[in-house]
Amino acid sequence: MEASEGKSKKPGASRLCCLCNQRRPVLKRPKTLQQICRECFYEVFEEEIHQVIVGNRLFKSGERVAIGASGGKDSTVLAYVLSELNRRHNYGLDLFLLSIDEGITGYRDDSLETVKRNEVQYGLPLQILSYKDLYGWTMDEIVKMIGLKNNCTFCGVFRRQALDRGAALLKVDKLVTGHNADDIAETVLLNILRGDIARLSRCTSITTGEDGPIPRCKPFKYTYEKEIVIYPSLLKLNFDTLTYDIRMLISRSWTTSPPNVSIYSPNAYRGFAREFIKDLERLRPRAILDIIKSGEDFRIATTTKMPEQGTCERCGYISSQKWCKACVLLEGLNRGLPKMGIGRARGGVNGDHKKETKKPPASAAKSLESKQCGSLDF
Amino acid sequence: MACNSSGCESGCYDREKENGRKIEESAVADGVKESVCVKCKCNEPMTFGDGGSDDGRFCAECFRNNVFGKFRLAVTSHAMITPSDNVLVAFSGGSSSRVALQFVHELQIKALKNYEASRDRSLPVFGVGVAFVDESAAYPALSTEMVDAVSWIRSTVTDLSPPAKDLHVVPIESVFGSDSIEARDRLVKLLDSVSDETGKEDLVLHLKMLSLQKVASENGYTRLVVGSCTSRLASHVLTATVKGRGYSLSADIQHVDARWKVPIVLPLRDCIWQEITRLCHLDGFDSLKTLELARHPQSGINDLVSSFVALLQEENPSRECTIVRTAAKLTPFYFNKIPETDDACVPLATQRRLKKFNLKYDGSMTTEAFCAICNGPINGSDSSDLNTFEERGESDALYAACCSSCRFQILPQDRSSLEQFGSSLPHHMTSQVNHHHKVNSQAYLREKIKDCLILDTEEAI
Ligand SMILES: [Zn+2]
Ligand SMILES: [Zn+2]
Ligand SMILES: [Zn+2]
Ligand SMILES: [Zn+2]
Repeated sequence: MEASEGKSKKPGASRLCCLCNQRRPVLKRPKTLQQICRECFYEVFEEEIHQVIVGNRLFKSGERVAIGASGGKDSTVLAYVLSELNRRHNYGLDLFLLSIDEGITGYRDDSLETVKRNEVQYGLPLQILSYKDLYGWTMDEIVKMIGLKNNCTFCGVFRRQALDRGAALLKVDKLVTGHNADDIAETVLLNILRGDIARLSRCTSITTGEDGPIPRCKPFKYTYEKEIVIYPSLLKLNFDTLTYDIRMLISRSWTTSPPNVSIYSPNAYRGFAREFIKDLERLRPRAILDIIKSGEDFRIATTTKMPEQGTCERCGYISSQKWCKACVLLEGLNRGLPKMGIGRARGGVNGDHKKETKKPPASAAKSLESKQCGSLDF
Repeated sequence: MACNSSGCESGCYDREKENGRKIEESAVADGVKESVCVKCKCNEPMTFGDGGSDDGRFCAECFRNNVFGKFRLAVTSHAMITPSDNVLVAFSGGSSSRVALQFVHELQIKALKNYEASRDRSLPVFGVGVAFVDESAAYPALSTEMVDAVSWIRSTVTDLSPPAKDLHVVPIESVFGSDSIEARDRLVKLLDSVSDETGKEDLVLHLKMLSLQKVASENGYTRLVVGSCTSRLASHVLTATVKGRGYSLSADIQHVDARWKVPIVLPLRDCIWQEITRLCHLDGFDSLKTLELARHPQSGINDLVSSFVALLQEENPSRECTIVRTAAKLTPFYFNKIPETDDACVPLATQRRLKKFNLKYDGSMTTEAFCAICNGPINGSDSSDLNTFEERGESDALYAACCSSCRFQILPQDRSSLEQFGSSLPHHMTSQVNHHHKVNSQAYLREKIKDCLILDTEEAI
């Protein structure tokens, strides 16, 4: 707003792009409502992300960076833009796509060709890790063992850890995800609505887990979802193939039940929040950025900022218990007791552990409840 | 309805205990409709038919006592009203402020009884006045209703039992000066130069607060009672968040807000809207609904948030409580308590209670800069980019003295309109600009020489 002084405000001035004043505008930029041309859109879109990367010192030269690729538009556009910027500005990053396959085994033979095509077309290698690689179990095998009813618990827990485990397995320095400004604004609101002050203080950080084994960052933190949709649609490249390839891989692998977030039966307020943000954006595009700004500016005492968090004795993943949830579930599967660790069922490792430390028995289950469906979790 | 947290200071805690007891009982008398109040166990419970979870559990008296109890707890535990105070109740004609007026009135009667019963009559009884802001200059649509509204307000105040209360009807344009025609002109000009509907609405709210402050300090009041309830504050939490006011938010939702000359207190902060409307229903209070309806256009951010909160509340009756509780966990400011200088007249028991409810204050930032328009504390990181701002005229100084939210939604974007806007501002706000400039340049200097200074804490090490 502050920048729009003077020059952009000539009404009806033969309708030129208000950034370059040369070409015809082709769109109203969602973030600012400026009328701009295609070239300027690319430029501001990419330049803003570059500035975010540089301004926040997201990467160091020589780092091995995995882009968490779900096959959705966010991660695909992120992959493309990052590889462009990496080339253009000599970030010196070793970039690759990391995709998690949650389903059946044996997909690799089929997809080898696709992976190669990606490498040629975008210069970005694609690494696919299966649940079998990460956990020793495929989702299909788990479903066979425990039935469809309880598999949300498994896929919620396993999915949340999958990228981190995969990244660790592939020895990456950083993991980037495609969370956009709308996602972050939504998370800020949800944390207010559910009273989670600790997450409220963390959810706007552009990099998280810096003290953990693999930091995660969000280069799209200030990028509007609408612009992420526009970007590839204006691009001359046949950009859809990449999205399509990844999506095919993932959807094909789901023979038993799709990895759809809706199976978590979300609380109604979650849906309200998303709708609310859309309404807000219509009324005032800047509101999304303002919510993020509020999230960054909230006065939260440093003591609440860092809740005590240990790590799992087994796998090293962040856990408030002796073993993380995934390890508890895996132990159950491997011992043929698949209900172990589901819901409020007691016993098992953390159950015994609780007697020693006097931790509330349901705390693991509770933290899971509040976490699952979290839009910041993959 | 009760917040599901034992740490909630709103008195829901007591209610929860009752609810717990109630569950045991209903297990015995399963299927039989309650016929006695779960608290006193003798009166017939009230049914409000508003879909509330505890509808039909309490008798009228117990319900009323419960709400009054929350009010009194808020007043006593935050030293909102002391015997030597002179309290001004902001009365809009709406249900919340009606209840606030009623409760303050009842508190005054009790204090008077105690005074008359005491032998030495050492503790004086606090005084109560009422203020109503006439916004018709800002919302011309209100003009036709205003005559009736004012006479309704007047009769409501005079109908209260003694002691009699002064009523101050304050035209919102009074902050621009005593000449009412000129003042009105300036107000209209000022509002016309704001293009954003929400910004305009908020500016009127800021002006309204200024006029209340003005009448309070000119008439020797020491406290300003505002009847905001939990539901109202929950909406405020979200509007502040979506307007990028995350930094200053914690200043607005505490029980006490003493950044103003006359400290503002919110004794109904822990009561939800449903309780307020039930109480009005019980006591037969009317409210100025026509005025409420005519006041706001149904299009801005504020209305969008209100309907969002209403939807959330419908889905989960404790949502508003949770929202306010989240925001209450944000670190308050040093001015979110009754100033220390007043401590001498705070009774000992209250002082002890104050300690019990002690909030973590940020004592380090006592030189906070405040936005010239909304009076919100300004985040240091927002004003830091302003120190490099080369000030060429008054409009730049005004721009520099505002928070980022007011800059966006209230200040005109082009220079000439901004100058015009600045010249129409009430004196109080422009004086803030100059003050801000001073504070800001001090802070700037301090920042510049920070590395060379030895701070007290360092010395200790
Ligand atoms: Zn252009
Ligand atoms: Zn583990
Ligand atoms: Zn009763
Ligand atoms: Zn402001």
